[in-house]
Amino acid sequence: MRSRGLTPAAGYAAVSRWIAALGLAALLAADLHVTSLHPWADLQRLLGGLVRPDFLAVEAASILYTVAFAVLGVGLGAGAGFLLAIPFARFRSVRIACALLRAVHELFWALLLMQVFGLSATTGILAIALPYAGICAKVYAEIIEEADLAALRALPAGTGTVSAFAYARLPEVAGAIRAYTFYRLECGLRSTLVLGFIGLPTMGFYLESAFRQGRYGEAGAWLLAFYALIGTRRLWVRGWTLPLLAAGSVLVLPATVGAVEIGASLARFLGHDIVPAPLRGAALLAPESWPATGAALWAWFRPILTGQILPGAVQTLVLAQIALVATAVGALLLFPLTSRRFTGPLGRPLGRVLLVTLRSTPEYMLAYVALQLLGPSMLPAILALSIHNAGIIGYLLGRHADGLSYRPDAPRGLNLYAYETVPRLYGQFLAYLLYRWEIILRESAIFGILGVATLGFYVDAAIAELRLDVAAVLILATALLAIAVDALSRALRRSLRIADLPVRLAGPHARPAPEPLTA
Amino acid sequence: MPAAAIQLANASAAYDGRPVLQGIDLTVQPGERVALMGRSGVGKSTLIGLIHAQAPERVALVPQAAALVRTLSVFHNVYMGRLDRNRTAHNLRNLVWPARADLDAVAAVLARVGLSDKLREKAGALSGGQQQRVSVARALYNGRPILLADEPVSALDRVQGGLVLAELARTHETLVMALHDVPLALAHASRIVMIAEGRIVLDAPAARLDAARLRGYYADAESLA
Repeated sequence: MRSRGLTPAAGYAAVSRWIAALGLAALLAADLHVTSLHPWADLQRLLGGLVRPDFLAVEAASILYTVAFAVLGVGLGAGAGFLLAIPFARFRSVRIACALLRAVHELFWALLLMQVFGLSATTGILAIALPYAGICAKVYAEIIEEADLAALRALPAGTGTVSAFAYARLPEVAGAIRAYTFYRLECGLRSTLVLGFIGLPTMGFYLESAFRQGRYGEAGAWLLAFYALIGTRRLWVRGWTLPLLAAGSVLVLPATVGAVEIGASLARFLGHDIVPAPLRGAALLAPESWPATGAALWAWFRPILTGQILPGAVQTLVLAQIALVATAVGALLLFPLTSRRFTGPLGRPLGRVLLVTLRSTPEYMLAYVALQLLGPSMLPAILALSIHNAGIIGYLLGRHADGLSYRPDAPRGLNLYAYETVPRLYGQFLAYLLYRWEIILRESAIFGILGVATLGFYVDAAIAELRLDVAAVLILATALLAIAVDALSRALRRSLRIADLPVRLAGPHARPAPEPLTA
Repeated sequence: MPAAAIQLANASAAYDGRPVLQGIDLTVQPGERVALMGRSGVGKSTLIGLIHAQAPERVALVPQAAALVRTLSVFHNVYMGRLDRNRTAHNLRNLVWPARADLDAVAAVLARVGLSDKLREKAGALSGGQQQRVSVARALYNGRPILLADEPVSALDRVQGGLVLAELARTHETLVMALHDVPLALAHASRIVMIAEGRIVLDAPAARLDAARLRGYYADAESLA
């Protein structure tokens, strides 16, 4: 393969072939057994619950908690993200800190924070705020970077930094930042659901216990209530409702379960619990003890590396790769459902409802349901990841497909799909897919908590055994894996010249002309 | 003799290592009205960038393409011309709740370019010609002695363009403008500087030139191409 001068089209085909081939190879290595005895009977009972939901069981308080966690967590994260976005482009250290913040999944943050803050509102809010600060910092920085800065040049010399930012930069980016933040709030609602699965009193907590006890009518009611919450987001999240939402959220926060002395537990957590066992109490200031400490550290780390990190990383990559290919296939099959040319004016709204439902369903919950139906293997996780992500990518592709202008004598049906639509959307499709790759990988690691032997499985086990030092190392390894995949994805997108950020919700901006280099 | 308003000696500029301007010697005295002319792509905008870099604190700039903040009102875009002469707190307050005195001052400037009815409209909602006049109004409101303009009337008809150029000459002591319209340049400039292939090929008082001679520089280039 030529290293330079690849035409994008040739690059698209090569990248697609590699992704598919790796996916097939991963399929051979994966455990996909269905161990449940009666999957169809369980599915029927589940659907029965959705048809006959038991709305009386839905507690209003937990809906309020869900909204409160999301609003405060995302608000705190977005605020911190905005402050971090300003030095983001200039300082490598800020970029690295943000990459680490967002590479650790909300659920892992929650598991760590719980050791310090207990099962409290602080844990729930910070578990969302920390990774979201990293994500928002990156996206806001890109929005600020790409904004049209022509007006900045026309400002009179000597204009203060604050005035220049407020007049020439902020108005250009405010719309995009606002749209992205509101979208993040929707993601935050999904995240709170996952936090419920580990015991915080959000809707996810009740959903999980209803499922666990086979009360499908209740589970169906909680699920529909959650869809309603997400579906009406545009009605209740608006500029003027934000202060009310924030103030109300602070008022309704749940009380902490059990008493926790934060100062003492934070000191114990940082000073003892997450310090690797051989280093605790070791004389780190005495150089003559270093060889012995080093040997003890290696003896401690080696079994973690060979017995947990490596096999966990392999399983995580295998799961992520299969899910990535399944997502790709699913998205290409689903997007015509929301495209006017393929479904017509009557079918399109229905297709849109289907895809919005798919993407609103948190992948973790899909996996949980699939696990109940199919038994423990990689299959539930693959289904969950690919259904959720295919819904997201399919929806976005459908919107792009409607924006294409076809020649008047364009073919119809499958010919149109194969000759006109897919070829023209393919770059965008690959951009979305590569962008979701890192997210799919983070989720794959998390699904270990459901019993698949990915990295999350070992994290969960380590926390259950109160070996927090091991858990911290495993979480760090997961974060580094996610960062590596993100870097690879970014390099691929750049070489295919599809580097634009797919989650951008605002209109296109003109790029500023290069500044003359005066000699 | 007073100090020169602008003085470039053997200046040059390059994009990505490719030279755009070479050996530019240009001295502009206070009170001169200079028209920079030449085919598109010869480096007029680059020269304007060089001049701006010389004395940014004495320049009011009308950049090429109106360079407005489309999401802000016309008032805010014009007010930007004096951000440096007001305190930050006042600037931030004006963003939310414009002061009466500033509104009146900006409205007076807008009247000079025929836009007094657009004070509170979003800049992005205006037509191309209107946006260009807002950009000119911003420089008028800036009021610095050297007005540096890159095709300030390219989106206006000749009559309107003439009126706008006259307004610029009324407020600013020294004018340096990139123009492509030969009759407008002869009518409103005291000195014509013609650029070709990165160099100054003609620098003469406008009174000693005529339209046919200036058009020759454009026609020559076309026949060469």
